[in-house]
Amino acid sequence: MESLGVLLLYPVNAYLEQELDRRCRLYRFWESPREEFLRAHAGAVRAVVGNANYGADAALIDALPALEIVASFSVGIDRVDLAKCRERGIRVTNTPDVLTDDVADLAVGLAIAVLRRIPQADRYVRAGLWKSRGDYTLTTRFSGKRVGIIGLGRIGQAVARRVEAFDCPVNYHQRTEQKSVYPNYTYYPTVVELASNSDVLVVACPLNASTRHIVSREVMETLGPKGVLINVGRGPHVDEPEMVAALADGRLGGAGLDVFEDEPNVPEALLGMDNVVLVPHVGSGTYETRKAMADLVLGNLEAHVLSKPLLTPVV
Amino acid sequence: MESLGVLLLHPLDTYLEQELDRRCRLLRLWDAPLDRRGEFLRAHASSIRAVVTGGGSGGGGDAALIDALPRLEIIACYAVGFDRVDLTRCRERGLRVTNTPGVLTDDVADLAVGLAIAALRRIPHADRYVRAGLWKANNGHYGLTTQFSGKRVGIIGLGRIGLAIAKRVEGFGCPVSYYQRTRQQQAYPNYTYLPTVVQLAADSDVLVVACSLNEQSHGIVSREVIEALGPRGVLVNVGRGAHVDQPELVAALAEGRLGGAGLDVFEAEPDVPEALMALDNVVLAPHMGSGTRETRKAMSDLVLANLEAHALSKPLLTPVV
Repeated sequence: MESLGVLLLYPVNAYLEQELDRRCRLYRFWESPREEFLRAHAGAVRAVVGNANYGADAALIDALPALEIVASFSVGIDRVDLAKCRERGIRVTNTPDVLTDDVADLAVGLAIAVLRRIPQADRYVRAGLWKSRGDYTLTTRFSGKRVGIIGLGRIGQAVARRVEAFDCPVNYHQRTEQKSVYPNYTYYPTVVELASNSDVLVVACPLNASTRHIVSREVMETLGPKGVLINVGRGPHVDEPEMVAALADGRLGGAGLDVFEDEPNVPEALLGMDNVVLVPHVGSGTYETRKAMADLVLGNLEAHVLSKPLLTPVV
Repeated sequence: MESLGVLLLHPLDTYLEQELDRRCRLLRLWDAPLDRRGEFLRAHASSIRAVVTGGGSGGGGDAALIDALPRLEIIACYAVGFDRVDLTRCRERGLRVTNTPGVLTDDVADLAVGLAIAALRRIPHADRYVRAGLWKANNGHYGLTTQFSGKRVGIIGLGRIGLAIAKRVEGFGCPVSYYQRTRQQQAYPNYTYLPTVVQLAADSDVLVVACSLNEQSHGIVSREVIEALGPRGVLVNVGRGAHVDQPELVAALAEGRLGGAGLDVFEAEPDVPEALMALDNVVLAPHMGSGTRETRKAMSDLVLANLEAHALSKPLLTPVV
């Protein structure tokens, strides 16, 4: 695919960038001012590669008349204007499956970290407080807690399998019940009812118009002062200001957050809280998975160029 | 058991202390200043028939204490590890000893897995990074870590806690291997037995200490084991600090000969080597394996139930001796 003009929106991954440079005609969007770049190269760009935070929105798509494919280095493609792509006949691919385990591992890791206060206890030790103040405060058991999952897709199911090994009863909400497939999991027709019957609520659904702010003030208040929210989806899944207030007031017990509404900005108030664990969108951030994601992006681009079926098409 | 004189060595748990005070004749060792303990013990020796002690830094029950209490009948440990109790002396004197197994198994196993994920995915480090404003300062950049799922987990000691850990990591697709004094082929066909700890370490990505502490297991994680685990290996210790050669561990971590560690226990709690505090590839916890409200209540109830059974000459619930 040497003649494929690929526009990389951001330096998302060194290996991916190297391979794109080696195998295609790579343009790096961040190297020159946007308008200048588009004037010079817009006509040569046939493919765009972005990630969770940098996508092909309507304005960019309109500016690239030769665009044929958007290959996202992410599973979530909420930043890609899918309607526009469909209109223009542009293909879109993402990177599902290869990151499922990592995101699920992080969700469970965050849940245990929040309930057992692992980062907080680590800070306690590093600050010399174990010596000066004595034993750390008691926390609450993770095993057996009721885990509610919003979205029982690949990631949701992977989370469910893991928490089952801790004897956690699994509840879920999504647009359709799947009783015959998951007889052991309890379906709830609304997120509020799910929250009412869960101790740990995990966001694992895609972000789209109907799931924006799916974790509302009501949901968080229902989850309650002993409830814990785990977000490995997208920041906009949660009403962030309401969440911050609920955590500060104690109306929501705790949270483990990998994503935020306006990354890399994290609400100041969260930075000082002891009942939250905050990580910088690392859900798929392992060497193993990022390489697999990069190979999937490259595989999709190659299939496109050879007019073969795309490996993981969304559109 | 109103007439049972109980000596509590440390302020272990408020609920336990309240119940002992309510139901027995409670004496608190720490009421006496450190330099007057001997006097205190002599003054009360004739009424002390039971001792309640903790694990880790709260542990006690050595020969000196036992010898100072001629009417002692039972030592009830608020812990599953009773390595601080002089069992030989207890047997000589006909003393009973109880611990608190079972009730804390899930919590310790949860922490072991939580520490493993936290170490491999650097969760506390990432949390510090965000709180320090570095995610923003570095334009959204954070480094990569390594996957937990599918990593080979080696468990030293496939007892209650070891099995609970095995069950949990299987949910992450981790192959499980183990070392202990006797192989258990039929019972655990899915788990691979290795005949030495060094071989277990060589075949593992994550090595978990989950055995009891005794003469044979003291220092079981030696320099050789640490090096076999290697620059990408992670050690998780939810056993006892003394299971590991601590100075070797610290050196190996600092020099990169060992990839990382998740540690809930240390040789001389609450002292933690300064060198560990500076490392990003370790997660440090203040011996909180059983530190949940649910479990500590269950442990307290088990201590109380053992004491009551003893007072009523009934079979002890969880005797060690």
